[in-house]
Amino acid sequence: MIELEGIHRRFQVGDQLVRALDDVNLRLDAGEYVSIMGPSGSGKSTLLNVIGLLDRPSEGRYRLDGHETTELDDDALAGLRARSIGFIFQSFHLVPRLTAFENVELPMVLAELAPAARRTRVTEALAALSLTDRAHHRPDQLSGGQRQRVAIARAMVMRPTVVLADEPTGNLDHTSGAEVLAALEALNAGGITLIVVTHDDEVSARSRRQIRMRDGRVVHDAPTPAASPAPAPGPTP
Amino acid sequence: MRSADLLHLAAESLLRARLRSLMMLVAMAIGVAAVVVLTSLGEGARRYVTGEFQALGTDLLIVLPGRSETTGVQPGLFAGETPRDLTLGDAQALLRLPGVERISPIVIGSVPVSAAQLSREVPVLGTNADFLVVRNLSMGQGRFLPPGELDRDMAVCVIGSKVRSELFPDRPAVGGSVRIGGRRFRVIGVLSDEGRAVGFDLQELVIIPVRSAQQLFNTESLFRILVQARDRDATPRVRQEVLRLLTERHQGEEDVTVITQDAVLATFDRIFTALTLTLAGIASISLAVAGILIMNVMLVAVSQRTAEIGLLKAVGARRRQITALFLTEAVLLSVAGALAGLVVGYAVNWVIGRVYPALPVGAPAWAVALAMLIAVASGVVFGLMPARRAARLDPVVALAGRR
Repeated sequence: MIELEGIHRRFQVGDQLVRALDDVNLRLDAGEYVSIMGPSGSGKSTLLNVIGLLDRPSEGRYRLDGHETTELDDDALAGLRARSIGFIFQSFHLVPRLTAFENVELPMVLAELAPAARRTRVTEALAALSLTDRAHHRPDQLSGGQRQRVAIARAMVMRPTVVLADEPTGNLDHTSGAEVLAALEALNAGGITLIVVTHDDEVSARSRRQIRMRDGRVVHDAPTPAASPAPAPGPTP
Repeated sequence: MRSADLLHLAAESLLRARLRSLMMLVAMAIGVAAVVVLTSLGEGARRYVTGEFQALGTDLLIVLPGRSETTGVQPGLFAGETPRDLTLGDAQALLRLPGVERISPIVIGSVPVSAAQLSREVPVLGTNADFLVVRNLSMGQGRFLPPGELDRDMAVCVIGSKVRSELFPDRPAVGGSVRIGGRRFRVIGVLSDEGRAVGFDLQELVIIPVRSAQQLFNTESLFRILVQARDRDATPRVRQEVLRLLTERHQGEEDVTVITQDAVLATFDRIFTALTLTLAGIASISLAVAGILIMNVMLVAVSQRTAEIGLLKAVGARRRQITALFLTEAVLLSVAGALAGLVVGYAVNWVIGRVYPALPVGAPAWAVALAMLIAVASGVVFGLMPARRAARLDPVVALAGRR
């Protein structure tokens, strides 16, 4: 469960104060499937970074699964991040010199899990994403869709409660994008909270709850209309 | 992180950046090889020289005229005195001292020596029969100077093997005769090839009886007297006795210097140890340079891999783990470089040993240990700064690094 109360995030850029997040209040229950949309610079990535504990709010309180996070130091945040959060990035962020297997294994290596347990979990995760025959390929030997699926496998091996996806289909063609979304939705079906930041209405339409941001504020937060994806949804009232 | 994983990850990234790793490896290897080779040379020179001295025998005392131990102007100079020469009489008196096994008076000069049409300027050494034993020499052909009274003048000579090959290229030397400074001497022996000496080559020497040499050079004095004690433990006592006797014979003036072989040995030992240390110091500079190169290259690695560092942070890496990762890379590199340097150093030593068999090259253990230690330490010290910089990166900024 994610609880944000009065979150502000301000950056000093030159002599200008940028309000990337301006009094954001959100509550996401376990197992939700949420999409966050908004124009560039609306603060959606910053929000994702704050939820993912990569960035600290300038002000406000953030509880993740009941843990108060705003008082924690870097190492404690790293530990919480390792256990509770999985990241998916638009540019995949695989380590280029490691094989798919090793990339998936990485979070468990950092968490010092025993090698035998790691092997079982990586094998399972790769199988779940139909990557078993790609286990010993390096990222440059994989297609974009395969790379993103490796990243999903990496995000799930630590069995997090939340998966954060930042434009997960942004660099993919339509078919690969659909595969990747299906894989993410399968995680969500298993009870993991899924938060997707996207520009793509089609992607957003698949979520169950839509959040829109503008100028650092949440301007729309509602369940996704049951209707089939509209060609071009107008501005939200 | 488990250390096996740490090593694995660090090794992977080194292997992928092959050229960069190789350059650092080479720099470190050159540093370590330089330390190994240079200290080996210094140590080899030390062992060579001390070996030469030990070959002379450590029970040897060398008596030279004049006091060389006193620094500054000798008081005798103001009183109008000059140091008295060592004479054959002194030598004969020394032989009667208890504890003295043998003595060898030495006169040395350089004169033209000729045989038939061939002539050559060579050092001529006047001494006695005991010189052979005192200096550990051996004969190649014929015999050495005959034993007898020191003041007996005889027209016989023993020549070094090099002199033999130059003056008697195509006929037997023993039984032949040479002209030394206008006087005819009969050749009774040739030294064997294996004679070793500090300072000059015995094989370029002509040896004649001491009295004959004095007449040849028109002198009554001796260049020095070699005294061999009965055993090594007796040398300090014999030294005192020699000094007392010569002071007595020189009207109470202590105007000779007695050097023990041990003292000479110790002096050379000190000089060459200092030399070796100096060489080690110079070579260590290249190790420090290699360390700075490692720092430089690691800084580049950190900036090239910011996105990766951001990712590591996103998947839960702590600062300490990222520091450890980069530090391990630096240390792995410096250790690998140091090992490569050891191999290269020992290979160069082997080649030197082949080219100069007389020089006992061998890296001293302390130098090898020191080189390894400095190499690893510089990996740690110079790797620490880049590693800490990596660990302090802000994950959001780092992740954006490659987007």
